[in-house]
Amino acid sequence: MTALAVEHLDAHHGQLHAVRDVSFTVRSGGRLVLIGANGAGKTTLLRAIAGAHPASGGRVLLGDADVTALPANRRAALGVALVPEGRRLFADMTVEENLLLGRMTGRKGTWNVERVLETFPNLRPRFKARAGDLSGGEQQATAIGRALMGNPDVLLLDELSLGLSPLVVDRVYESLDALMHSGTTIVLVEQDLSRALAVADMVVCMLEGRVVLESPAADVSREQVTEAYFGLRRESGAMEAVS
Amino acid sequence: MSAAHANGAILTAAGLGKRFNALVVLDAVDFSIRPDEAVGIVGPNGAGKTTLLNVLSGALKPNAGTVHFKGNDITGLPAAWRCRMGLGRTHQIPRPFAGMTVLENALVAATHGAGLKRGEAYDQAIAAIELAGMLKVANRRADTLGLLDRKRLELARSLAARPQLLLLDEIGGGLTDAEAGELVATIQELRRREIAIVWIEHIVHVLVRVADRLICMDAGKIIADGSPAEVMADPEVVRAYLGVGPQ
Repeated sequence: MTALAVEHLDAHHGQLHAVRDVSFTVRSGGRLVLIGANGAGKTTLLRAIAGAHPASGGRVLLGDADVTALPANRRAALGVALVPEGRRLFADMTVEENLLLGRMTGRKGTWNVERVLETFPNLRPRFKARAGDLSGGEQQATAIGRALMGNPDVLLLDELSLGLSPLVVDRVYESLDALMHSGTTIVLVEQDLSRALAVADMVVCMLEGRVVLESPAADVSREQVTEAYFGLRRESGAMEAVS
Repeated sequence: MSAAHANGAILTAAGLGKRFNALVVLDAVDFSIRPDEAVGIVGPNGAGKTTLLNVLSGALKPNAGTVHFKGNDITGLPAAWRCRMGLGRTHQIPRPFAGMTVLENALVAATHGAGLKRGEAYDQAIAAIELAGMLKVANRRADTLGLLDRKRLELARSLAARPQLLLLDEIGGGLTDAEAGELVATIQELRRREIAIVWIEHIVHVLVRVADRLICMDAGKIIADGSPAEVMADPEVVRAYLGVGPQ
C-alpha cells in the first residue's frame, strides 16, 4: 500500500523553480532517502509535502487522500510530520513542553513522552531543561521526539546531521534504528551516502529541482549515484555533461 | 615583475588563509590562473568557495597569504582598485540599481569600474550588454527583469568594467537547460575575447562544459586540482560531497 505519493509536484521560491515535476511514491513502512547537491530542491520538496511551502503544481497524496490544498496543520492531523532543517525548537520552552506540543495533531497511537525518552535516553536528564540550552544532538533528539509525539504515519526528516559532529550523528542514527524498522514511513534527506544507503530501501537523487535517479537502495552503484548527483556521464574514460 | 607573473599567471594566490573567529574558512590555499584559462571551483556547501572569491576580489581581507594580479601584490588593495586593474566579479545574488535601466547599470560599471569617460564608457556599456545578450532589454528598468535577465545583467555589469579576469559566483543556478546552454555560449565567447575565468558553481555539469580545469575545495583546503575528468573521478572529491558512499 502506498503511504505517500508525490505527483508532478512543482514549487517556486519567487522566480526560482526549485522543485520541477517531481513524482515518486513511498510504500507504507518504506524508507526513502533524498540525496542531491546543495540547492537541488530537497528541503523545498519536504516542506511542500508537509504543507510548509506552497506547491505551484502537481499533487501530494497521503494514502488515497489528496492533501495538496490542505494547510500544514491539517496535514499533520492526517499523519505527516516534518523534522525541519535546523530543528526549529521553541528555545524558551523546556524539552517536555516541546514534546507535548507534538500531541496537538490529536492523533492516537503508541508514542508518548515515555517512549520518546526510551528512544532518546540522552533526553531524560534534560527533560526540564530549556531547549535553547541543549547541545545540538539533544536538540535534534527533541525535534524528532516532538514529531513522533504526533503519531505520524509519514515522518519527514531533513538533514539530521546538519551542524552535528559525526559522533553525535552516529548516536542519533543509533537511536533511530528501531524507529526505522517500526513501520513508520520515512522520507529522509541525508548528505552522507553510506549513511543514507544503510537506512533507506529507496534512493531518489535530485539535481536542480528534478529527480534524476530513483532506485532501490540495494541496486544502486556508487558510479550511478555520483553521475546522477553531478549530472555527469562517463563513457570510455571521457566525461560529458548530461543535458 | 614577480616570479608568479614571470611564469605567465594572471592571478596567483599563495598561502591564503581566512578565519572567522575560531572557524578556519581558508587554509593555506595556493593556485595560479593563466590568462587563457577557464577554471571552475567546486566543493560541497561550506567548503570556502565564496570566501575565496571574496578574498580574491577584495571584499574580504585574508589573515594570511598574498594575492598577485598581473604581477602586482594586490593583497591590501580595496575591491574598487582591483576592478580598475581588470579583476572583475559577479555576485551570487544580483543587486543591480533597481530604478535604473539595464544600460544605465552598465554605464555605471563602465564609468566607475573601468574608469572610462562619456563616449568610451557608452561604447563599452553597449558592448557588454550585447555580449550578455541584453540589447533588446537595454532600456528596461532592472527591477522589471526576470531571474535569467537579472543574472545576465550581473554579467553585463561586470563586463562593462572591462575585466581581464572575471570571477563568477554561482551564476548557473535555477536556469533551464536552454538558458544554461546560452550561459555556456556566452562564457565561451568571453574566453575567445581572452578574458580569464574563475567560476564557482554548484551545477557541475554546466561548469564542465566551459572549464578546462577544476579545483575542488573542502573545509577550506584545495583537495584536487586538474582536468575536469580527473577531478570529478577523484575519490577524495566524491567523498567530500557524498561521504564514504557505497563500495
